[in-house]
Amino acid sequence: MTVTRRAALAALVFAAVTGCSVFGGDGGTEPGERTVVLVTHDSFTMKQEVLDEFRASSGIRIDVRKSGDAGSLTNQLVLTKSSPLGDVAFGVDNTFADRALSADVFVPYRSPDADKGPSRYSIDDTDRLTAVDVGDVCVNADSAWFAGRGIPVPASYEDLADPKYKDLLVVQDPATSSPGLAFALGTVAHFGGDGWVNYWGKLLANGVKVTSGWEEAYTQDFSGSSGKGPRPLVVSYASSPAAEVGPDGKPRTSALLSTCFRQVEYAGVLTNAKHPDDARKVVDFLLSQPFQSNVAEQMFVYPAREDVPLPASWQGVAPQPSNPATLPEEVDQAWLITLWRTAMDR
Amino acid sequence: MVDHPVAHRHGPVTVPRRVGPAAGLFAVALIPLGFLAVFFAWPVLAILRLGLGAGVLTVLGDADTWRLVAFTLGQAAVSTVLALLAGLPVAFLLARTRLPGLGFVRVAVLVPFVLPTVVVGLAFRVLLPDGGVPAIVLANAFFNVAVVANTVAGLWSHVDRRSEDAARVLGASRSRTFAAVTLPALTPAVGSAAAIVFLFCATSFGVVLVLGGARHRTLETEIYLRTVELFDLPGAAALSLLQIGAVVAALAVGAAVRRRRETALALRGRAESARRPAGAEWAVVALAYGVVVLLLVPVLVLTLRSLSTSDGWSLAGYRALATTGTSGTLAISGVEAAANSLRAATDATVLAMTLGISASVVLVAMSRGRVRRGFVETMDAALMLPLGVSAVTVGFGYLITLDKLPGDLRTAPVLVPLAQALVVTPLVIRMVLPVLRAIDERLRSAAATLGAGPLRVWREVDLPLAGRSVLSAATFGFVVALGEFGATSFLARPDTTTLPVAIGRLISRPGALNNQMAYAACTLLMVVTVLAVVLVDRLRVPGVGEF
Amino acid sequence: MALAVTGLTVHYGAVAAVSDVDIEVADGEVVALLGPSGCGKSTLLRAVAGLERPGAGAVCWDGADLAGLAVHRRGFGLVFQDGQLFPHRDVAGNVEFGLRMAGVDRTARAERVTELLTLLGLDGYQRRRITELSGGEQQRVALARALAPRPRLLLLDEPLSALDRALREQLALDLARVLRVSGSTALVVTHDHDEAFTLADRVALMRAGRIVQTGRPEQVWRAPADQQTAAFLGCTTFLPATVAAGVASCALGPVEVPAPDGPVLLGLRPTALRSDHGGRLRGETLARVHRRDHVRLRVRLAEWPEPVDAVAGIADAPEAGDPVRLCLDPDGVAVLSRP
Repeated sequence: MTVTRRAALAALVFAAVTGCSVFGGDGGTEPGERTVVLVTHDSFTMKQEVLDEFRASSGIRIDVRKSGDAGSLTNQLVLTKSSPLGDVAFGVDNTFADRALSADVFVPYRSPDADKGPSRYSIDDTDRLTAVDVGDVCVNADSAWFAGRGIPVPASYEDLADPKYKDLLVVQDPATSSPGLAFALGTVAHFGGDGWVNYWGKLLANGVKVTSGWEEAYTQDFSGSSGKGPRPLVVSYASSPAAEVGPDGKPRTSALLSTCFRQVEYAGVLTNAKHPDDARKVVDFLLSQPFQSNVAEQMFVYPAREDVPLPASWQGVAPQPSNPATLPEEVDQAWLITLWRTAMDR
Repeated sequence: MVDHPVAHRHGPVTVPRRVGPAAGLFAVALIPLGFLAVFFAWPVLAILRLGLGAGVLTVLGDADTWRLVAFTLGQAAVSTVLALLAGLPVAFLLARTRLPGLGFVRVAVLVPFVLPTVVVGLAFRVLLPDGGVPAIVLANAFFNVAVVANTVAGLWSHVDRRSEDAARVLGASRSRTFAAVTLPALTPAVGSAAAIVFLFCATSFGVVLVLGGARHRTLETEIYLRTVELFDLPGAAALSLLQIGAVVAALAVGAAVRRRRETALALRGRAESARRPAGAEWAVVALAYGVVVLLLVPVLVLTLRSLSTSDGWSLAGYRALATTGTSGTLAISGVEAAANSLRAATDATVLAMTLGISASVVLVAMSRGRVRRGFVETMDAALMLPLGVSAVTVGFGYLITLDKLPGDLRTAPVLVPLAQALVVTPLVIRMVLPVLRAIDERLRSAAATLGAGPLRVWREVDLPLAGRSVLSAATFGFVVALGEFGATSFLARPDTTTLPVAIGRLISRPGALNNQMAYAACTLLMVVTVLAVVLVDRLRVPGVGEF
Repeated sequence: MALAVTGLTVHYGAVAAVSDVDIEVADGEVVALLGPSGCGKSTLLRAVAGLERPGAGAVCWDGADLAGLAVHRRGFGLVFQDGQLFPHRDVAGNVEFGLRMAGVDRTARAERVTELLTLLGLDGYQRRRITELSGGEQQRVALARALAPRPRLLLLDEPLSALDRALREQLALDLARVLRVSGSTALVVTHDHDEAFTLADRVALMRAGRIVQTGRPEQVWRAPADQQTAAFLGCTTFLPATVAAGVASCALGPVEVPAPDGPVLLGLRPTALRSDHGGRLRGETLARVHRRDHVRLRVRLAEWPEPVDAVAGIADAPEAGDPVRLCLDPDGVAVLSRP
């Protein structure tokens, strides 16, 4: 190849690669359409059809901006209150709601559909936050592992500290993992402000393994996932068994429903939003039938509405816990993490 | 004496400066410095200012804080030494030998850099189930062998081999020659590489998190915790100040080491400096190949994972790449994410090359100006700082500053290449600067007296002579941008998701297929990287890189 | 005057490398800047090239001040001590560089390259790699490269010092020929007086940043401006003398000198005292060193308190300790004004 042809090829390849680069690419709005920016966390997913349907019926294009996990999202909303990143936010959960509410990040709005279930999870008297979905963090068990050894699957927090289940549990660091924090909050709710540290001492003595993130614990250390790790008990979600169904249609894992902590995810219209009216319509959309009936399969959470059935594949496999622990009053995360670290350093 | 206006204007004791377009130099300097000021200094200072207060002193007075500092610096130092030990033989292999399969080595060394840290962390957990400090250090070194190999090989392949031959003739053994002749000539590049690797390791996040479990924490992970989870801005500010202090100290040491060494070398083309290894050199070559094999082990683990399911071997993960994952975990398919990755990385590379090369040119031109050494070194260090400051500090800084710029860049996709360029630019500078500084100034003078203007001198002398380094900096920068996770996950929209972000999404979902697809996406990312590197290697734009 | 440097001063920090220098080079003239290392001659050359900004003074070409003119627009050629050829280009690529910068077309460039390579005895070297060349060949290529664009002034910075002696002498002659054939106006910096006298029409002697003497080579050689200059030009013994009618009388006897009557200082180079069986001066040989075409002696004379340098033929040179007789040779004597 001659030098010039080679140069031409280089230019061509370069142009092809950069041709439609992200510089200047901005979705594109149809004429007459409005755009609402939805600020949310990394785990947000929704079928494009559902979003398109809303766009067609309302004339509102939802521009989704993801911003880290629930904690990161909350802090960003607080920092940008005077000049918000968008019009509406989804994904602040009950662990972080207090931080957002005391910083007045949201303005009051009560959606007409709030009475169809979401108000059960209300956290604020002035309707600044509307519950959209709930997720329960529970210990998951590898059913086959226990069946194969003839040991009963543990049922309670206390069982997990029983020497019979020594070296079987893997949990996440509450400082770095959202389910880890939820599980720790569950133990606070269950054992009280004095007893929970003691309980963690027992877990430690019983060989609990702590990882930083859910990924390592679930995909590597847990024996019930495709990683086929050594430990049959892991802190995950009540919905996780729905993803671990074998070819025979039977679940390989189950959630221990008495070890659950409920995370409720909220949405709200942001203070200083540029399009508050359309933002309210987006909150309505988050509570609408089409959206609610898809949250289970899309985000592995349970819809906040009562009149939305769970997908068929979830029936029996991932039932919603009936009596999960909820947020203990006045729990400061820094306090929890400091005490937890002290307990685990022993 | 003839009275002349010039004499009056300057007076007898004016400090002399090189004749040249000082205004032009200033304008060129404004490009990287302006970028740095807007997209780094301003956001970081803004977020630190929010946290400054009494809380800072409380944190600084805590013994736990200082244990954190010690562990952070300690693990970074050990990782750096390990990366240097593993990288130097590979640099020798790439720069000095003529052996089949070097192209493969060049690519294999780069692959680790593109892999998301979470995934590499998981791979190391498979290999070293106990994790802990050894695993952290090994994983950090795993990532950074490429930095050492590339930076050092860039200079090494240009260093005249005859001074080594002279030392050998004078009776020095090979190892003695290396220590007395070769290593001093390479010191600028080794110092550059060590500085970068140290910064990367000191701010390493994913690796420490995954492999350190809940036991090992660094400044970076604590800053993340306090900023993102606890919203303890005073605590985060205190730790950030410590981090910046440590980084500045490390940079000062690096600069002191380089200072005595950056001299003009007789640069040679690689064709002349590469030859078949002889004698004990074979041992070094064997060592280099050993390092390459070790680098491939985690890669192999990932590839095996992409093929294995609970029910045996399967290609399901690869088939899933054409889809958006189980019930649409992703907004786009894995293949589309790969295309997004290529586009964003191209933007970032073009931007970083512009910034890095203009900064290098300015730094070289300024150090020729004899008097501004302190200023030159300050600017040099300032350009490196983005590597040593926590991504989350910069990211949260953006939130409270960039809305004041026209167009509110805070959540704009255009910020992705900008943020990536912030990381890639220091790499470009560290790879290009040593070679530019090694060019004898008189070569430029010769070209100038023959009628070449400043730009022409750059094109005719600097660019061809530094060609190999410029090219490998571009390749390396591209790979880094391709693998960038932190900023991208923060900023990318669902439809502009890149492969590493998609992998992160997939791996955080339960279900065998998602997991398998995540590992298949890693393989895809590696394949894309290899293709990109091979393509750039083939292009060799005329006048560039042939030397 | 083609080149006129007036009152030129260049500082490095607080040190003046060049102080208030005036020098002129006429069209077609070759001027050598001669001086010991560190005297500022290279800095002066760089300032003329535009590579160094003067603190004061002016560099003018045909009366026009060059202060605002960038290096690459001055049309001056520069040759460095060690060539500084572009390592990434072959011989032809180096030689045609300036022509390329000037936008000369390919055919004309090739012709000019061939012409210059022939002039410098490098026929057919076009495609050679720089690294395949010997030091002398590299220096010839560097010269060809500088000459190719027909510079109005050629600046040579120690062009021969990196070469070995035999090569240096050969190339000095070649260089002198090439400068003459090409009709170049040139400023040559050198610390070697042989080189300066071989190449230059005029010599400017520089010391500590200042020009101490300018003149034709034989002028400077015969009548150095002061004792230090004379020492630099090879005088090792200095004797007060008085000239009368073209003969200087000193402690060692009379010697013919082309100088007006009056008191002078004689500077004796070793060649001023020759071993001669009929010589008037008697002494004892203290040491002898064999040189290429003669023997250098160190001799103690009765007439002078210090040992003096002298030369002898190779065949009849005395051994150390032998008595020796010397005569005065006017050719080795420089005449200085008595301070």
